[in-house]
Amino acid sequence: MEGPHFLVHNEGDHVAVAVQDVEPETVRIVYMDSDREATVEVLEPVPLGHKVALTDLSGGSDVIEYGVRIGRTREAIGTGHHVHVHNIRSARWEQSR
Amino acid sequence: MSLHAYRRQDGTVGIRNHVVMLPVDDISNAVCEHVAQVIPGTLALPHHFGRLQYGPDLDLTFRTLIGTGANPNVAAAVVVGIEPTWTEKVAEGIAATGKPVEAFSIERHGDLAITSAAARVAQRMLQDATELHREVVERRELLLSIKCGESDTTTGLGSCPTVAEVVDRHVAEGGTVIFGETSELTGAENLIADRCVDDEVRRRFQSMYDGYIAEIEASGANLLGSQPTQGNIRGGLSTIEEKALGNIAKTGTAPVVDALEPAVPPRRPGLNFMDSSSAAGEFVTLMAAAGAVLHLFPTGQGNIVGNPIEPVVKVTANPLTARTMSEHIDVDVSDLLARRCNLTQAGERLMAYSDRVAEGRLTCAEALGHREYIFTKLYRSA
Repeated sequence: MEGPHFLVHNEGDHVAVAVQDVEPETVRIVYMDSDREATVEVLEPVPLGHKVALTDLSGGSDVIEYGVRIGRTREAIGTGHHVHVHNIRSARWEQSR
Repeated sequence: MSLHAYRRQDGTVGIRNHVVMLPVDDISNAVCEHVAQVIPGTLALPHHFGRLQYGPDLDLTFRTLIGTGANPNVAAAVVVGIEPTWTEKVAEGIAATGKPVEAFSIERHGDLAITSAAARVAQRMLQDATELHREVVERRELLLSIKCGESDTTTGLGSCPTVAEVVDRHVAEGGTVIFGETSELTGAENLIADRCVDDEVRRRFQSMYDGYIAEIEASGANLLGSQPTQGNIRGGLSTIEEKALGNIAKTGTAPVVDALEPAVPPRRPGLNFMDSSSAAGEFVTLMAAAGAVLHLFPTGQGNIVGNPIEPVVKVTANPLTARTMSEHIDVDVSDLLARRCNLTQAGERLMAYSDRVAEGRLTCAEALGHREYIFTKLYRSA
């Protein structure tokens, strides 16, 4: 069987990582901690290594990956959208804008 | 598990047998490089510093120079400096290992006389080194170091967990591994602190981490374009926290037994943290100076770093990097991402390859001539 389009580190993570270049369509994701499979409808192109939102995120909220916070949203992000530096930022380099 | 490697006079184990021409300072590079041309097979180690340094920055340069010559991958060393005092200090530090060392200073002689004298010594050392033979050693005797570079999200998904398999196994066998990259732990530093073996180590780790971050923040710089790097961002990493969580995935599960100052050799077996820059050339140089003989380097977008005396094994899980930069990639674990192999299998693949490198196979970086020998500078020289 063809490999998954996205891998997710942990159940409950807000984002999945593309393991191939993904075009907008409904694709298969695999959770690495549980081996559970699911699908996500991808709404814009997501290059290999980049992330897609698995849930709707409000502006200024925590983004969870690896089961922990990896940053905060700059704006609301809808399920299926590309998640990267344009719409999330570090919660730790607080003095850097 | 046993391997064939070089047992040095002080009992340490090396996997290479270099005769090095070691300049104490920048202006002695030329003699070292000329000797290495006259006596092919010797290895010159040019670098940029060693003049008008002072305090902790000078101490670190001395530790780096002495540690490089003392590294078990080095059979013998010729030390060349502009004046005798610092030159002798470096040579004596290396000589404490029991290996052959000779020192030359250029003042009152000039480059040509010193090149000639040093070349005669280097020739003899090189010929003598060819009579040193590999013998049976235990794999746990190899001091390993780990650091990832040009990371992307595939690093945290694949290549770092693969390295963790080897790290956990090496530590379980009684071996020692050094990791570091102080500022790159940001967002996961609490997870490392939690793994420190006792409160004393935890306090020292936290103090090193806090000090490094305070120094960066005091600069007032905007870090968002430096950490993560532009290469990291291109590969899909969005924040320092996300990068850190992938980074620490390579440290496995062992407790952190010590928190070392830069270029200080580990005293305790197990997983050691070293306060260090995350820049690849500086990092591997510090590791080699601490005595590490083999470096495992997970990469995502394709960092190509090497080191003159410590072989660097590159492992990637990024299929694009494995395909487009194959001459740099020693171990391809991109099938992990396609779920066509599991972590145990990937770890065994890396372990088997590392064993071959330990027994003499050249790494990609060695074959390509990558010899980055880069000193960590703590502040401006006087």
